[in-house]
Amino acid sequence: MSSKKDSAPDKAKSGFSRRGFIRGVGIGTSTLSTGLLEREAAAAPSTAKTAGPGPVPITLQINGKPMNLTVEPRVTLIDALRNHLDHTGAKKVCDRATCGACTVIMDGKSVYSCTVLAIDAQGKKIETIEGLATGNNIHPISAAFVNNDAQQCGYCTSGFVMATKDFLDHNPNPTLEEAKHGLCGNLCRCGTYVGMRQAVLEAAKTIKGGKRA
Amino acid sequence: MPDTPNYSWPPMETRKVIGKPYKRVDGPQKASGRAKYSSDYNAKGLLIAAYLTSPHAHARVTKIDTREAEDSAGVKAVHVIAPAGAEIQWEGAEIAAVAATTEEAAQEATRKIKVEYEVLPHVVNEADLSKVGTRAKAAGERLRGDPDKGFQEAEAVSEGTYGIPVVTHCCLEPHGQVIQWQGDQVNVWPSVQYVSGYAGSLAPNLKVPVANIHVRMDYIGGGFGSKFTPDAWGIAGAELSKKAGGAPVKLFLERATEQMIAGNRPSAYAKIKVGGKKDGTITAWQSESWATGGVGGGGMPPIPYVFTEIPNVRLNHSAVSINAGAQRAWRAPNNQQASYLTCSAIEDFAAKIGMDPSEVILKNAGYTPRADTYRYQVQKAVEISEWKKYWHPRGDSGSGTVKRGLGMGINNWGGAGHQSQCRTTINPDGSVVVEIGTQDLGTGTKTIIIQVAAETLGLPFNAVKLVTGTNDLPPDGSSGGSTTVGGVSSSTRKASVNALVKLFDAVAPSLSAPADQLEAVDGRVRVKSNPAKSLTWQEACRKMGTSKISETGTNEQRNPMGLNTSGASGVQIADVSVDTETGIVKMNRFVAVQDCGMIINPRLAESQIFGAIIMGISTALFEKRVLDDQTGRMLNPDMEFYKLAGIDDIGNIMVHLDIRPEMDKRGVIGLGEPPAVGICAAVGNAVANAIGVRVPTMPMTPRHVLNALEERKA
Repeated sequence: MSSKKDSAPDKAKSGFSRRGFIRGVGIGTSTLSTGLLEREAAAAPSTAKTAGPGPVPITLQINGKPMNLTVEPRVTLIDALRNHLDHTGAKKVCDRATCGACTVIMDGKSVYSCTVLAIDAQGKKIETIEGLATGNNIHPISAAFVNNDAQQCGYCTSGFVMATKDFLDHNPNPTLEEAKHGLCGNLCRCGTYVGMRQAVLEAAKTIKGGKRA
Repeated sequence: MPDTPNYSWPPMETRKVIGKPYKRVDGPQKASGRAKYSSDYNAKGLLIAAYLTSPHAHARVTKIDTREAEDSAGVKAVHVIAPAGAEIQWEGAEIAAVAATTEEAAQEATRKIKVEYEVLPHVVNEADLSKVGTRAKAAGERLRGDPDKGFQEAEAVSEGTYGIPVVTHCCLEPHGQVIQWQGDQVNVWPSVQYVSGYAGSLAPNLKVPVANIHVRMDYIGGGFGSKFTPDAWGIAGAELSKKAGGAPVKLFLERATEQMIAGNRPSAYAKIKVGGKKDGTITAWQSESWATGGVGGGGMPPIPYVFTEIPNVRLNHSAVSINAGAQRAWRAPNNQQASYLTCSAIEDFAAKIGMDPSEVILKNAGYTPRADTYRYQVQKAVEISEWKKYWHPRGDSGSGTVKRGLGMGINNWGGAGHQSQCRTTINPDGSVVVEIGTQDLGTGTKTIIIQVAAETLGLPFNAVKLVTGTNDLPPDGSSGGSTTVGGVSSSTRKASVNALVKLFDAVAPSLSAPADQLEAVDGRVRVKSNPAKSLTWQEACRKMGTSKISETGTNEQRNPMGLNTSGASGVQIADVSVDTETGIVKMNRFVAVQDCGMIINPRLAESQIFGAIIMGISTALFEKRVLDDQTGRMLNPDMEFYKLAGIDDIGNIMVHLDIRPEMDKRGVIGLGEPPAVGICAAVGNAVANAIGVRVPTMPMTPRHVLNALEERKA
C-alpha cells in the first residue's frame, strides 16, 4: 500500500477542502479565477467561438459513455444531468456551490455541478453516482454508507458518496481528522455525520489503496 | 376466535427481529443514487414551473400583466396567484407561477411578468420589543401561587434576558410536487409528511373528488415538520397542469423561496426572574416573554419547562406580528424555545447562588412530572460526561484565552402513536406483503415495519415485502410529533397477529391442535406444548388452499392497548471550548441520555438521536434567519449565509439509550423530537460556564459571544 501512495497526486497530502472545491468549480466555469482567465485567453484562438443563445447540441462524456443532448448555453451541468438525461442521483439543493448535494467528479476532481455550465463540461470525463455500481453490486463507498447508517432522508447522500470517492481517490488511507476535513464541502440536514465519519474510514479499508480498477 | 387476540409485544428476551440493529432497507437505493424522490420524477411530457415572488415584505399588488410572459418561448401556462388588490404580507409570497418546457424558460418568463406594487410599512424584527409598536399583542397574565410573596421571601434572585431566533427548516429537498390534472383525475408525486391525508387537503381546493386524486411518494428529502399539506404550490401546480392541457408539471421551490416561505421555527425572547433558597430550591418564577412566527405572532413556549410545579409563577407573553413567512412545526414545536429559556434561567440562578447547576436540577426534580426519570438521567449524564471532573464554577476556567465549559439541557415529549391502519397479507405460497399508507422521512419507518411483521410471523427480516407511499393503501397518520413509530409498529403488530390467527385456524386440523395453541417461530408453525409437532411456514401456508389471508389491524390513538405510549424525556450535556479572542465556540463533546421506551431497532434509534443532536448543534452555533429592517428582506435566503453545521463542527457525540426492562415495558415511544429539544439550552449554558458571562441570544456566533464579553468589561 505504501508504494501506491507514491503514485497518488501531490495534492493528496494537503487533503481536500471547501476552498479546493470552489477552485475546482472555478476551473469548470472559467469565471472565478482571474489567473486562469488570462491563461485561457492567451491560449484561445483569435476567432472567438460563440454558442447560443438558443439550444445547442453538445456531447457529454458521462460514466465513460458519450451522451448527446441539446441545451441552451446557460444550462448548468446539474440541470443537464437531472432534467435532460434523467441522471437524478445528484441533487439540486442550494444551487450556488455551498451544500455539495450536486457533487460529481470531472476530470478526476469533484465539482459542484450546479456551478458548472453544461457546455463547459464538454470534453471532460464526468463521473456521476449512476456510474459507481457494478451490476447489482453497489460501490464499496455506497455500501459503507449503508453499513454505518450514514444517511437518513438520503437527499445529500449521493453528493457525499461522490465527495468521498474523490477524497479517497486522492487520499486512500485517511485518518479520521483528514476524513472530517475532506468532507467539509458538503452539508447534511438530518445530521448523519457520525455514521459518515465511520463510513469513509470503512470504505477506505474496503477499497484498499484507493482507485478501483 | 371470539376473544381479542393477544397483541402485546413478545418479551424482551424472546425477540428475534425486534430489537436488532438491521440496516435500513432503503439504504442501498439511497446510497447508490437510485432512489427516486418526487423531485427526481421526470414524467413524460413534463413541464417545469417557476414562481414569481414578492420582493416586498408588505405591499399591495396594484397591477399585474402576464401577457409578455405568456408569449415567452416555451411557456405553456401562466397562473396568477396574487391578482390586483391582493395584500402581500411577507417577502417571497407567491405572485404568479409559470410552466414551461424547460426550467430556464419558466424562470425567464417569470421575469417578464410586470407587477406594480403599493409598498406598505413593514416590521420584520421582534428582538427589541420596544420597537414593534402595535405589532405586539399581550396575551394576559397567568398566575400560580403568590409570586410577589415568593420573591420577597427568596434568599436569592437571579435575572436575565434570553433569546432564541427564528430558524428555518431548510429541508434539502425543497417543498413541491409533480402534479398532473387531466379532466377529473389528478396524479401527484409530492414531497410530503402525510401521504394518506394529502388528497383530502387538496380535493376541496381543486373541487375534484378525493377518490380521484392519486398520491405517490417513494422517498422524501427531509420534512422536520414543514411538509404536512399540499400547500399553495400544490394548488398552483395543479392549475398550471390544467391550463397546459393536462401535462404533468414539476413545481419545486427554489432555495431562496424555500428559505423564506416554506416554514420556520418561531422565535422566543424572555426577561426571566428566578427566586429561591440558597440550597437550590426554586420557589418563584416570573417571565415576560415575546415571540413571533410571522404575521400571526407567536405563542408562549411552555415555560417554566418541565419544572411545571414551581409554586409561585407569573407569566406574561406578547405575540409579535411581523412581515415574514409563517411558522411551521419544527421538530418539537416550542419545546426547544421553552427548554432554552428555562434551563438558561435555572443555570443563571445556580451561578447566582454558587451551586452546581446539575445539583440545582436534581434539587428541583420534584417539580417535574417524571422526577425519578430525570434524577436517574441527570446522574447518568453527569457520570458519562465526567461532569464532576470538567465542570467548574462559572467563569473559573483558567488563565488561557480558550475557555472550556459544560452545560446542561433537558427535554420532554409525548410521542405516542398516531392513528394507523395496516394490512398484512399471507399468500398460499408463503409470501407475506405488508401494506400501509405511510412515509419514511429517513427515520427508518420502512425498516421497523418489516421488523415488527417478521417478528410477529416468526419469519426472517427479508421474508416480508413492504408497500408504502400511496394513498390507496390502509391510511396512516401524518409523520409529525414523533407519532409514526408508535402508530405503524402497533398497527403492523395487530394486522400481523390477526393474519396469523387466520393462518392458525387453517393449519390447526393438520397439527391436531386447537388454533390458539399454535405459535409461529423460526419459520415454522408449531404446537406450543410440543414444538416438535410443526410445519414449515410454506407447508402451513399451503393449508390455506388457493385463497390468501388478508387482515387489517388498527392502532387506535385513544386505545393503544399498551403497544405504544407517551412521554420520553432526556438530559443532555454540552462540552465546549470558547476562544475569547475570536469568539468562536467549538464543540468538544455532547452527551445525551434518552428515555426511549421499547426500541425496535437500536441502530436507527441511535441515528435519530445523533441526527437530532447535530441539527440542534447547528441551530445552537450557526442558524438564524436574518431580516433587514430597512428593506424588510431576508439577507440569508441561501445556504452559505444561512449556515448549517458541517461534519467537522459537531465534536464527539455520546448517546446513552435508557433501555432498562422497566422502560421497555412502556411500549414504543417516538424518538424524532425529544432529543432535539435540549441542545440550545446545553450549549448556551456551556458557553456561559466557560466564559463567565451569559451570552443572551442564540446562536452562539462569534459576534454574540464577543458582544457579551465586551458588555461585561463595560
